[in-house]
Amino acid sequence: MEEIIALKEHMVEEAGNIKTWFKAAAVEDFPENGGACVKYKDLQIAVFNFTRKKEWYACQNLCPHKMQMILSRGMIGTQGEEPKVACPYHKRTFSLKSGECLNAEEHKIATFPVKIEDGYVYIGFSK
Amino acid sequence: MRIIIVGNGMVGYKFCEKIVAKFGPGKFDIVVYGEEPRPAYDRVHLSEYFSGSTADDLLMAPASWYQENQIKLVTGEMVTEIDAEKKTIQTHKGTTDSYDKLILATGSSPFVPPVPGVDKDGVFVYRTIEDLNDIINYGEKIKKAAVMGGGLLGLEAAKALLDMGLETHVIEFAPRLMPRQLDEAGSSILKSKLESLGIKIHTQKNTSEIAGNGKVTALSYADGSELDIEMLVISAGIRPRDEVAQKSGIEIGPRGGIVVDNYMKTSLNDIFAIGECALHDNMIYGLVAPGYEMAEVVIDQIAGEGTREFTGFDMSTKLKLIGVDVASFGDPFTDPEISHTIVLEDKIKGIYKRINVTRDGKNLLGGILVGEASEYNMLLQMVQNSMVLPPNPEDLILGARGGGEGGALGGVESLPDEAQICSCENISKGDIVKCITEEEITDIGQIKKSTKACTGCGGCTPLVADLLKLTLEAQGKVVKKTLCEHFDYTRQELFDLIKINNIQSYDKLLDKHGKGDGCEICKPAAASMFASIWNEMILKQDTIQDTNDRFLANIQRGGTYSVIPRIPGGEITPDKLIAIGRIAKKYDLYTKITGGQRIDLLGARVEQLPEIWEELVAEGFESGHAYGKALRTVKSCVGSTWCRYGVQDSVTFSLEIENRYKGLRSPHKLKSAVSGCIRECAEAQSKDFGIIATEKGWNLYVCGNGGARPQHAQLLAADIDKETCVKYIDRFLMYYIKTAEPLQRTATWLNKLEGGLDYLKEVVVHDSLGIGEQLEQDMQLLIDKYECEWKKVVESPELRKKFKHFINSDEQDPALKFESSREQKVPVDWNK
Repeated sequence: MEEIIALKEHMVEEAGNIKTWFKAAAVEDFPENGGACVKYKDLQIAVFNFTRKKEWYACQNLCPHKMQMILSRGMIGTQGEEPKVACPYHKRTFSLKSGECLNAEEHKIATFPVKIEDGYVYIGFSK
Repeated sequence: MRIIIVGNGMVGYKFCEKIVAKFGPGKFDIVVYGEEPRPAYDRVHLSEYFSGSTADDLLMAPASWYQENQIKLVTGEMVTEIDAEKKTIQTHKGTTDSYDKLILATGSSPFVPPVPGVDKDGVFVYRTIEDLNDIINYGEKIKKAAVMGGGLLGLEAAKALLDMGLETHVIEFAPRLMPRQLDEAGSSILKSKLESLGIKIHTQKNTSEIAGNGKVTALSYADGSELDIEMLVISAGIRPRDEVAQKSGIEIGPRGGIVVDNYMKTSLNDIFAIGECALHDNMIYGLVAPGYEMAEVVIDQIAGEGTREFTGFDMSTKLKLIGVDVASFGDPFTDPEISHTIVLEDKIKGIYKRINVTRDGKNLLGGILVGEASEYNMLLQMVQNSMVLPPNPEDLILGARGGGEGGALGGVESLPDEAQICSCENISKGDIVKCITEEEITDIGQIKKSTKACTGCGGCTPLVADLLKLTLEAQGKVVKKTLCEHFDYTRQELFDLIKINNIQSYDKLLDKHGKGDGCEICKPAAASMFASIWNEMILKQDTIQDTNDRFLANIQRGGTYSVIPRIPGGEITPDKLIAIGRIAKKYDLYTKITGGQRIDLLGARVEQLPEIWEELVAEGFESGHAYGKALRTVKSCVGSTWCRYGVQDSVTFSLEIENRYKGLRSPHKLKSAVSGCIRECAEAQSKDFGIIATEKGWNLYVCGNGGARPQHAQLLAADIDKETCVKYIDRFLMYYIKTAEPLQRTATWLNKLEGGLDYLKEVVVHDSLGIGEQLEQDMQLLIDKYECEWKKVVESPELRKKFKHFINSDEQDPALKFESSREQKVPVDWNK
């Protein structure tokens, strides 16, 4: 049940509490208007590059619906103003701001702050 | 207040769901005792357990739901005693617990008739997941089984046995199937439909003994005849579970059932009974909808309002029995004194419809529909709302004739606001309209989430969809089949815009004609259109592709992908077979033959895909596009080359067709086949386009479908030569590609095409729109631009880089886990 433990360890990280900024990869390594998976310790983090909006988001890579490490391969977009990702398996969509599932009753996903400095993508963690 | 619920079935669960929805979690101290080992599951869809649903899929809610809502769920523990004086209960494990209110939702158990031999091995009942597991295990060892009982549940059980591949018999004591719901004529149509599916039906059979030495080997009937069988599933009705109530001094009906009043109160204070264990006005209700209504009534009592009453429930039902629609509504039989009956019977198509109308012809009392039940929802509404009938009530079941528009049934607009739309959740038309208006809802998913309509049996979904369309129209909102919130255009309009304005990228399309940032609906739809118009390498825009297209492989459970090389027409040399075997072995892939005459290699990690394809390409293979909404396979039989019946060379033609259209992307996947003679071994009539050889040439069939809604392809042109056949296919496919909705298969497209097949023939064969030549040119452009996508990837280091799991590490995904099954690897189950 490693995946489930990994899910519990994911916490919604508030920008104020960040202790560690993890340098993930160079901006140009990420696809435009899409996502990629970053390994941080034992965690898998999905990072999304909203090139059109010049915004970045990060969330857990695990889709809580069928417990699959997959969200980074999902299509991104918006619902109204809300940035979202759609799981490739069954198209559950999750807000990349609040982590809420937008089209079904699913557990919330954990989200993380992202910052860009000197051409690199950093993900924030509170521990 | 402490509430104890005895029984964790569908109704017991619904009680919890409704009380939490009304008061929020934690308002009451709620404890549920269920004797089964798992939380409540959906018994209505139990037979889906045989066709692939897992026990978890069937759960009403996972165990965590109870926890989150602060409900204590005790499974595997049966309540055996109630002390109404002290207000306590005791379980079989000796646990005692006290309550302020006690809800008995003990449900029912299958009725097992007292026939000698019911205790033999191989005799089962059909009620719980454990029963089903027993049936499945026993069924593996045998070939021939019977169901005792030809009612609703019995026929569901028969379907399950049929799915298990067993010779299936149904034994009914009454002279007809479903005697409570159907009359003789309706039942007889159902019987012949089921018999045509291979189920053997024996009515008016009174089983006198279940014979066999230790295990069942035969049934003996009272008339002296016998039937050899190896397994018997008994489904002869239900018995309310009233043991604990009876033992505790609660009043029980003369033939069982816990007596309740209109408030679901039993004879003892603060004890209620709901669902199948409750006897209301001498009726036991064996459906979930009345059980849910009873739960509402009790919650109303607990809330202290106490005005809501249960005053009986409409037992109308509609269901699909083994693919046959059956519905019975209102009073299906009626007394000829007070009514007259209109009947439509078509033995060829297997349709029977009966409606019972009041003597004055003004109101509908009830009826029966077998074989075709699309009018059910509207007819039921007419009964429930005592609506006035049209002057010729027979039109209600005859449907539209003479090509006129619509039937005599008014649409959902003619229903009053009180009309119940969702009977499982008891939601009225007014509730749904209010929800749409107040919450500014624009799609049906939101209605489901807000009101829970359509979430039970799903039967009301078409009505709710109509209601949504109508309400939006009434609000002056344009109801156009626009792609999604980002594009106010239909697919067909966007298709033309892309072509006319020479748009090649999604970003440009969004800038010029859309808004926002796109989503998982418009992105793949646009990607498909770009591919169908320009046929550029799709990975130039990889992030607008669905995951299968993005990684040029099919994602599977666990996060690995499958690889299917193209094997045109299913023809392959021994050397190429060996090559596939060698590569599969090297990368430890699970191999399986597909339905389209090719070989699927499953279990490849994303980073292995380019390496595997490098080897496949080197052996001369090309992408099979199994991952795309694109041409899949052109199946063939060996044809006149080998077969003694063959009249044309079907293999050569299927190769020509497959090589012509390979890589063609379309609104949905395309399948094809070529048969060498009328025996149709390639099953061309189940394909999007299929070709069957004749003495004089080829017959071209279009718009067939297998899958969830099988539909036979229809003849577009007969006895044509190869060249004409290809010309017509070019035109047909391009016309479909231009005009279909996103993800619409050809069969559905034709069903919705105004004018149907006749119109399609006009366009394709007679070129009535004058676009024939243009369509052919458009197709030729796509054919000329074909390239194997995998060859491109293998040759491009840039593209190969996209195939890895982590962006900052070369490690594999550590979450991938496999186990072994029949000497091959398979992924571990989803939820483990």
